[in-house]
Amino acid sequence: MFFIEITCIINIMDINYNADVIVVGAGPCGISAALEVARAGKKVVLLDRAKYAGSKNMYGGAIYKTALKEVFQDDFDTLPYERIINSHSWAFLNDTGSFSLTYQDSCESEAYAVKRFNLEKWMIEIIKKKGVYFAPNTLVKNLVMQNEYVVGVETELEKYYAPIVILADGVNSLLAKGLNLREKYKPKDVILSAKETIKLDKKIIEERFNLKEDLTNGVTKMYLGNPDGIKNVFMMGFLYTFKDTIMLGVGANLSDLVQNKININKLLEYLKNHNDIKPLIKDGQTLEYSAHLIPETGYNKMPKLTDNGVIVAGDAAGFVNSVHFEGTNYALISGKLAGKTALCALENSNFSQEYLSLYKKELDKSFILKDLYTYRNIIDRLYDRRASLMNYYPYKMKEFFKIVTSANCKSKSLQFREYFLSFFKDRNLKELIKDGYMAFRCVLDIFFGR
Amino acid sequence: MEDKENKKSIQDKLATIKYNCDNKTHLIVDQKKCAKCKDKPCLAICPANVYSIDENTNEIVVQYENCLECGACRLFCPKGAIDWNYPSSGCGVVFKNS
Repeated sequence: MFFIEITCIINIMDINYNADVIVVGAGPCGISAALEVARAGKKVVLLDRAKYAGSKNMYGGAIYKTALKEVFQDDFDTLPYERIINSHSWAFLNDTGSFSLTYQDSCESEAYAVKRFNLEKWMIEIIKKKGVYFAPNTLVKNLVMQNEYVVGVETELEKYYAPIVILADGVNSLLAKGLNLREKYKPKDVILSAKETIKLDKKIIEERFNLKEDLTNGVTKMYLGNPDGIKNVFMMGFLYTFKDTIMLGVGANLSDLVQNKININKLLEYLKNHNDIKPLIKDGQTLEYSAHLIPETGYNKMPKLTDNGVIVAGDAAGFVNSVHFEGTNYALISGKLAGKTALCALENSNFSQEYLSLYKKELDKSFILKDLYTYRNIIDRLYDRRASLMNYYPYKMKEFFKIVTSANCKSKSLQFREYFLSFFKDRNLKELIKDGYMAFRCVLDIFFGR
Repeated sequence: MEDKENKKSIQDKLATIKYNCDNKTHLIVDQKKCAKCKDKPCLAICPANVYSIDENTNEIVVQYENCLECGACRLFCPKGAIDWNYPSSGCGVVFKNS
C-alpha cells in the first residue's frame, strides 16, 4: 500500500505542470477561485469556452454587494452597475389583477443590477491585473487523468497540466458528470428560465417605477400565480429595472413544462400581456431573448464536491437557493473557498480527495451549506403544494380583496362569513390541512436549521 | 396562445440574438431512438425552436444554429437520444444584454 502511494506521487511529479491551478469556467465562481489563487502568488490559468466571458450567461438581474466586496474588496467601488435595487415586490397574479407586497428601503441595499456581459468583463479586467492568466475561446473537452488523479485538462488544441483543477463550468457541467461526481439531473431537478431584455427610454422607466435619475434606486418584482387553465406548473416571474432596459423573465420547473407540454415562452408571453405588467413595458422593444437552466438540486442531491486533484463549485455543484433568488453570491463564495482549499493543498503538496475534502468543511462553516441544509426540503414542500400556491390562493386573495374594496351595498358580515366558509367548501378539507402542514414544516425547517 | 403563434413569437425573439455560428452541429440526435419516441417533447419544449419534424421523412430536424445552450433537452429527452455538447470554442450564442 505504502509502495503504491509512493509510485503515485512520483508519477504525478513527472508531469510538467503549466500552472499551479487550472479553473474551468469564467463566471463569478471561476473568476473568484482564480483570483484567490493569484492573490497568493500562485500561477493560475482560467479557461472559458466563450469568446467574451459572460456572453453565455444569464440571470435574473442583480448581483449582491456583500459577496462581491468579500471577493473584490476595494475594487467593488468600480462595479459597472446600472441601478441599485432597493425595492422588492411580491405579486400574486390572477387572470385580471393581482395582490402585492412591497418592501423598500432607500438607505440599505444589497442588490446591484448589472448585465452579465458587463459584469464578467469588469471582473476579468480586475483579475488579469492581479496576475490571473485568462484564456477565452477555450473549450475544455476532457479532463486529463493519471493514476486516478485529475492532472489537467484537454482543450480542442492542447493539454494543460496542473495538480488541481477547479470545475466552475456551470449548471450543465459536463466535466463533473464525466467524472461521475454527480448523477444525471432529472427534469424535476432544474428550472428552465427565459427572459427578455426590453429597451425603454431611461426617463420612461424612471416615471413608471418612480425612480431617481441618479440610478441609486431600482425595483425588482417577483410574480407568483399561474394563468387560468394552467395547473400544476411551479413557476415564478421576475422583473428588474436597469438603466434603460427592463429585464422580464420567468422560470418554471422543467418537469412540469414537459408534463403539461408548455413552452416557457408561452408563460413569458402571459406575463408580458398581464394587466399588471403590460403597462410597465408598453412601447418597449425587445433587445435580447435568452434562456438558461437553474439547478434546484440543493443539499439533498449535492454532487461529490471533490476528488483526487479536482474541486467542484458554483452552479456546477448546484449551489443555488431559489427561494431567495440567491446564486451569484453562492458562486462567488464557493469559488473563493475552492481557491483557498487549492492553496492549502499546494502548500502541503497533497491533492488527494481526502485532503481536498477540507473544501466541504469550509463550505459547512459558511452560509452556503448552512442555508442549503436549512432549505433542503423546502423547495420540495412548496413544489408538492404548487397547485395551491399557484392556482388556489392567488384567486382566494382576489376574492378577499374584492370584498374588502368593493362597495357593493351587501352585508360585509355575510360576505366575509361566506368567504371564510368557502375554504372548507371549495376543495377537499384534506388539501387545506396539507397546505397548513406544509407551511408549518417550512417554518420548523427554518427555525431548526443551521 | 396557440402553438403556431408561440413558434412565431420565439422565431421573432431569436432574431434579437447574436450568434457566432459554428460550422458543425453540437447537438447530435439518434434518429432511430427518435422514431420510437411517441411524445417528442423536444418539439414543444425547446425555448429556441431548435427541433422540428420533417414531414416527408418523419425525422427530427435540428437547427443547432438557434440553440441557446440552456441544456434543457439534454435532461428531458425521454429516450436519451440527444448527444449534447457545447459548440466549438468561441462559437454559439453571444448574450450581450442579459
